[in-house]
Order: sequence, then C-alpha cells, then structure tokens
Amino acid sequence: MADAKRNGIKVWVNGAELSVPPDCTAAAAVARAGVTMHRRSVEGHARGPLCGMGVCMECRVTINGELHQRGCQTLCMDGMRIETAEVASDA
Amino acid sequence: MKRAYDILIAGGGIVGAACADELARRGADVCVVEAECAGSGATAAGMGHVVVMDDSEAQFALNHCSQQLWNELREALPENCEFDGCGTLWAAADEEEMNEARRKADHYAARGVAAEILDSAALAEAEPNLRPGLAGALFVPGDSVVFAPCVAKWLLDRAMENGATLITGKRIVELRSDGAVLNDGSIISAKRMVNAAGSLAPQLTPGIPVRPRKGHIVVTDRYPGFVRHHITELGYLKNAHASDRDSVSFVVQRRMTGQVLLGSSRQFDVTDAAIEPGILARMIQRALEYMPGLGQLNTIRCWAGFRAATPDNLPLIGPHPTRENLWLATGHEGLGITMAPGTGRLLADLMLDGEALIDPAPYLPARFANSEARHG
Repeated sequence: MADAKRNGIKVWVNGAELSVPPDCTAAAAVARAGVTMHRRSVEGHARGPLCGMGVCMECRVTINGELHQRGCQTLCMDGMRIETAEVASDA
Repeated sequence: MKRAYDILIAGGGIVGAACADELARRGADVCVVEAECAGSGATAAGMGHVVVMDDSEAQFALNHCSQQLWNELREALPENCEFDGCGTLWAAADEEEMNEARRKADHYAARGVAAEILDSAALAEAEPNLRPGLAGALFVPGDSVVFAPCVAKWLLDRAMENGATLITGKRIVELRSDGAVLNDGSIISAKRMVNAAGSLAPQLTPGIPVRPRKGHIVVTDRYPGFVRHHITELGYLKNAHASDRDSVSFVVQRRMTGQVLLGSSRQFDVTDAAIEPGILARMIQRALEYMPGLGQLNTIRCWAGFRAATPDNLPLIGPHPTRENLWLATGHEGLGITMAPGTGRLLADLMLDGEALIDPAPYLPARFANSEARHG
C-alpha cells in the first residue's frame, strides 16, 4: 500500500512506461528514465536541467504534445507523456 | 592629417549599409559612422519583411526594384541572414477585405507581380492556426523574410572589402558641410555627407520631415510549422496609415528557427523605447482574434523600436534642398528593409551621376522644401 502510494503514477518518457511517486516532477521522471538531454539549443547543443527552479528554461520538454514545458516546474500526472529532444521534432 | 573621405554616411543600419555597399562598389571612398553596432536600431527591431506594397505608384516602383535587387542578393547572402522566401499572406476577414484582396491581385498582376487569391478553405489549409471562417487571402509568393541585422553587417563587410571605413560605437554630434564631429571630439572630414540615421535623422539634420514612429514586437519560443508565411491582416492598411492615432494590427511571421514574430503597433510622439503594456496588450489581443492558438505559446522576449515616418509615406532620398553637401537616405517607415537595396542603388546613381534605375523625383527631399520653409 505504502509502495503503491510511493510509485502510484504511470508516465511515459520517450514512449517508455515508468512508475513515479505523486510528487515527482517531469524533470525527475526524465532522470529516472535515464535520459539526460531534454532539448537542443538553436545551434544543436544538448541541454538539460540546470537551475531546477523554473528560471533557466533549460529543462524544457514536450508534455502531452505541448512544446517547451519546464520539466522542473511540472508535476507528473497519471498518463502523462513526456518527450525530450531524443524523440520530439523540436523541444 | 587624414584625407577627406568622398562620402561620410551617418548610420550603419540596413539603409546606410546598402548605400555604403553601392557607393564603395562604384569606387567612392566611403566612411560609415554608426553609434551602436552594424545593423542596430530599427534594422534590428523590425521584422525583416521584404514586401511589395502598392499604396502609391512611387512606393511600388521603389519596392519592386528593391525586391528584384533582393532576389539578386539572395544567392550571395550567408546562412545567418536567414533569407526565407515564404511569401506574404494578406488575410481578409470579410467580403469587404476580399474585395480589397482582389483589387490588389489585379493591381499586382498588371505590374508583373505574381499574386494569388485564396478562398476561405484554401487559407485554412495554408495556415491551419488562423481562426476558422476568415473570408480568404491574397498570397504574394515573391515576398520574403530576412534577418536584417546580419544583412546590414554583410553589406558593410562587402563595402569594406571595396575600401570603405566603418566606425562603430561613436556618435555623430554635429553633421557639417565638410564632415562630422563625433562625441569623442574627433572630426571626420568628407566632401559629402549622407544622413541615413533612420528615425534619429532629424537630430542630425533639424527640420527634415521625419518623425519617430514606435512599434512593438514579440518573439516566441520555437514552434516549427505553427505559422507558415508572413501573415498580415488586410485591415493593416487602414489601421496603420489611416491616421496619426496609435494603432495595432495583426502581423505574424515564421522565422527559420521555428520562432514566431508577432506585431505590430504604431505610435507617434513617443521617444522612450520602453515596452508599453497598454498597447502591447492591444496588439496581442488583436493577434489572438486572428490566431487564438498563439495564446498557448511561450513568448521569450518583446522589444520596441522606431520607424522613420514621413508625411507622405515615401522615403527621403537625394540632396537636402538647402544644405550644402548634405544628402538624405531616410524616412522609410515600415519599409526600410524592403527598400534598402533600391535606396542604395538610387542614391549612388544620384551622387555619382549615373543613370537612375528608376525616376527619383517622388523621393527627392525637395518635395517638402516649401512646407519646411513655412514651418520654419
């Protein structure tokens, strides 16, 4: 029961299913999935979480099809689909 | 003592750069003085839209020859100039605006400019994020979009390859008949001066009929495919030029980066470049009426700049009517990017006694000589 509460939410990171606790951010879910690159810069460089508090905008990912969502400021919801630059056409 | 330059150009925006490029290419010894950096000012603040307009025959003539020059430049421009031949969609909200679209289409066709009428369904297919139910659009495929600061820089670089000198970071405090005094006290001697300082031109040459006209721009994050052309509402023409009052219009543009540029606003009698939330909100509201999905996009920046407006919406290109050795190349309002190549060509034709590419009469500053005298 305690375990179900701790890992109670199912999300998809780049198409792979993952169980995460209810207070997990999208950025943490991406990290749990072993993915480090969230997006690419204009010049194509890899980018990932830096400030962790919603300011630097480096952790943007595509969430449920919406581009440029800050992973560190978005709490996971059951069924959420998170895509990083590895699969998103532009993120 | 340093020799006198043949020609000193005040302003290294795209107009000054195009003039320098043409003059240097024809062998003149040119010096450009730019207070900030190459391609700053309105060149950097605007949308970089290269658009054929037909408010008047004179406007069309300079626009059209400029667009042909742009197409010649196109192949030579480096990638960072982001030349994008995406065309302009003039969106018509209702039948009245559709009639205007048809009139423009005929007008362009009669002058050899390709233009195509899209009905409501064709417009929805061309731009799925426009609100449903618009009447249609005029599509002008020959229009394009550039990243103007880099074009200005590239033109200045080419001028320097042809022997021109560029001075940046120094401001001209006085434009004289034999040169310019800079803010560090130095004097640049020249035989003839060209005031190409955009909206700041009247500060160097008091009395010329140029007024700063402020505009705001918003840029979003990257959303490739959200907008596919440069889109302007056809109501723009009445909004933008009907009166001196503040106005906003729906204008969006795709950038090569996938970003969306959003405009436009027009305000006279403001000299502060600070963002004004009131008119910015009106501008965004107008855009949302046409493209509701814009509300879901992240904006990353907004800024304001100043167009150089004239009373008859035509630029000032040619000799100053009274001041010795002084020439003008300013007053392009919202068409400075479009008209820059033609302006450079025409000014060089006039200054170096070549045959003018087009009839220069409508742009000569002398057309205002009488009203200037009246207003003292």
